[in-house]
Amino acid sequence: MTIKQLSIFIENKSGTLIKVLDILSKGGIQIIASTVADTQDYGIYRVLCNHPTQAFLMLREAGINVQLTDVIALSIDDEPGRAAQAVSTLSAAGVSILYMYSFLWKGKGVLILRTNPVEKAQEVITIHKMSLLTEIDFV
Amino acid sequence: MTREQIEALQLEGLQETVRHCMHSEFYRKRFQEIGLEPGDIQCLDDLRKIPFTTKQDLRDTYPFGIASVPLEQCTRLHSSSGTTGNPTVILHTDKDIDEWANQVARNLWMVGLRPTDVFQNSSGYGMFTGGLGFQNGAEKMGMLTVPAAAGNSLRQIKFIKDFGTTAIHAVPSYLTRLKEVMDKEGVDPRKDTKLRIFAIGAEPHSEEQRKRIEEMFGVKAYNSFGMSEMCGPGVGFECKQQNGLHFWEDYYIVEIVDPETLEPVPDGEIGELVLTSIRREAMPLLRYRTRDLTRVLGRSCPCGRNHVRIDRMKGRSDDMMVLKGVNIFPIQIEKILMQFPELASNYLITLTTDDDNDNMTVEVELEELFTDDYQRLVALTKDIQRALKDEILLTPHVKLVPKGTLPQSEGKAVRVVDKRKVYQ
Repeated sequence: MTIKQLSIFIENKSGTLIKVLDILSKGGIQIIASTVADTQDYGIYRVLCNHPTQAFLMLREAGINVQLTDVIALSIDDEPGRAAQAVSTLSAAGVSILYMYSFLWKGKGVLILRTNPVEKAQEVITIHKMSLLTEIDFV
Repeated sequence: MTREQIEALQLEGLQETVRHCMHSEFYRKRFQEIGLEPGDIQCLDDLRKIPFTTKQDLRDTYPFGIASVPLEQCTRLHSSSGTTGNPTVILHTDKDIDEWANQVARNLWMVGLRPTDVFQNSSGYGMFTGGLGFQNGAEKMGMLTVPAAAGNSLRQIKFIKDFGTTAIHAVPSYLTRLKEVMDKEGVDPRKDTKLRIFAIGAEPHSEEQRKRIEEMFGVKAYNSFGMSEMCGPGVGFECKQQNGLHFWEDYYIVEIVDPETLEPVPDGEIGELVLTSIRREAMPLLRYRTRDLTRVLGRSCPCGRNHVRIDRMKGRSDDMMVLKGVNIFPIQIEKILMQFPELASNYLITLTTDDDNDNMTVEVELEELFTDDYQRLVALTKDIQRALKDEILLTPHVKLVPKGTLPQSEGKAVRVVDKRKVYQ
């Protein structure tokens, strides 16, 4: 039900993103969506790509602090109010969202969610027949 | 040897050395200045009549001014890695080199090495005494000795595997580096090598770092103490008890003094290590102030040796940081960092002055990204900060950095960068 996202620990310094992107590009990895969150000292660069496990191994091999994280990818219609609806359904069931980002993919909206607890979110998604994307959708 | 036997040897060695030192222009003058005669040394306590020798004395008499034999009797010259002013030059005769090798061989035997072992010396060669010192000692003991020298980790690993290396001498930070390369290459030291004993030294390190190295490799790591002024490595070494370093009192007289008052401190109290070499020919040094801070742990040992046991070095009186009036040693920081399995072993302490306020920043590498949740990273940072505060009484800024981003040297690791303004 979840898909794998790369979470990469990077220094808050110029040149560090390039290093990661170079490795991914040389390995033929296609980035589908990515987002950087930063604090004063460091950042976590989160990446959705076509081959997450392969990309994880490449980065690890290069000595980069990287983790594969399970996230939920919800497919929603590309129209006003759909994200609000999805989030309020989850919140109402007591699922908290650690972080979220969104993008458009093949004419549909995609919401990437890291939730706590994951099981509870999955239950809510099943009950409400929300539409989930799997890794195959991004290959 | 009993304490009485050791002390009898010491008195005889001291008297002989003081007489011999009168061939040294430096010591002859110094004795004349205070009206001291070699004959005034009647018992071991009379050692305290002799003035201290300092590193500055070695610099002032650079290069050969303290020698007690003519230069043509010397066969080797070593020089310490002096970073300020003149380097310090140490001369050796053939006999000195031989005695030095004896001490190193004694150490290696003590920790269980035998002529059937293969000894890889992954220490810098050249002027640094850790190279030739261990080379000569290991050869003297009869081991197959590989002068691998420092660096080039892939080659080191190849040697370890191909030659069946069972023991390595290296600085501790290099061994952590070597393990990283082994991991990358898929080499498991427990399965793929015959390694069983390490000699580590030349770089202050904590008990935690030693344990970590032992666990990483499944090897016993013994602390080695040496300094080029006394000969090089060999001066002191841990026995299998790993409870302090036996300093060879048939070669040296060991004193621990208060670095301010220069008065001796009681056993168990930390002070500056002062050494007198009593068997050397070319350049014996009387009451040499090492600047190393340590303490006497005891004068007996379950291993049966009665040579004084000295605690691992607590740092040097010159790498002590004074921050907001608090004395801090890098080793204290290291000890705390090593307690967090989330952290790698590379760290850097930076001292800065921000708005006339002195601050300490501790940067430390993350071993594995164990979460992608900021709150957990922040919580880890806070835990480290709290633990450091308990140890050093100040709250440093703690910064997690990705693995491989801090400067890593294959020689002595740089742990402290002091960027503070100098007070008027």
